[in-house]
Amino acid sequence: MSTVRPRIRLPRSANPGDVVQVRTLISHPMETGNRRDADGNIVPRQIINRFTCEYGGKVVLDVDMEISVAANPYMEFDVKVEESADFVFTWYDDDGSVYSETQHMELG
Amino acid sequence: MLTRRDTMALSLGAATIAMVPMKASASAVDEAINAFTGGAAIADGGVTVIAPEIAENGENVPVEVEAPGASEIFLLATGNPTPSVARVRFGEASGAPRISTRIRLGETQDVMAIAKLADGNFVRGAAEVRVTIGGCGG
Repeated sequence: MSTVRPRIRLPRSANPGDVVQVRTLISHPMETGNRRDADGNIVPRQIINRFTCEYGGKVVLDVDMEISVAANPYMEFDVKVEESADFVFTWYDDDGSVYSETQHMELG
Repeated sequence: MLTRRDTMALSLGAATIAMVPMKASASAVDEAINAFTGGAAIADGGVTVIAPEIAENGENVPVEVEAPGASEIFLLATGNPTPSVARVRFGEASGAPRISTRIRLGETQDVMAIAKLADGNFVRGAAEVRVTIGGCGG
């Protein structure tokens, strides 16, 4: 699905030991499997079923998602940053696709 | 011949029937909760669920859950056909047991969050959301 696109919002700056707020969104229809198309056929379920975030190789959070998560899944959460490191965000699609995004956070 | 009132009653009846499959049964909610807690007792309080009192569009309802001391948070839409919404496990780089997301609500209902605390106990909080236009993708 070419329309799937992750977006990440990190704070511009932070110091070691800070708790920072991270916002993520991935463009995805999150098809529930209950919807019918214009011809009356059921549109098969296809959702992002899991999202994970790591910082410096340590798990921030690991989320299992069901069909009641809204389209374009949005997650906002807090991360404790001890030293400059990479964020790795990963989304898992029902169709087996894995979307990953890495962003470096340089602490002041 | 159908009067206007009959027609209204009929269409109301049809609307009610159409909504039935949208609603989760109490057992579906219990099953989802038990799958998370393993049947353990759940104390009320200690979980804050922030959601709008009225959601005009059930397709996209912002919900924030905070549960001090939690290692996991399980979010449920108790009135949706599939009550489970998301299960969040917090890791060692988490800054707070808090998550903010956007969910679908098929109708007016309680949004519930159950937190597993670091000591293994479970606590619960909920917020009622009145939904003007449901969001079950139907």
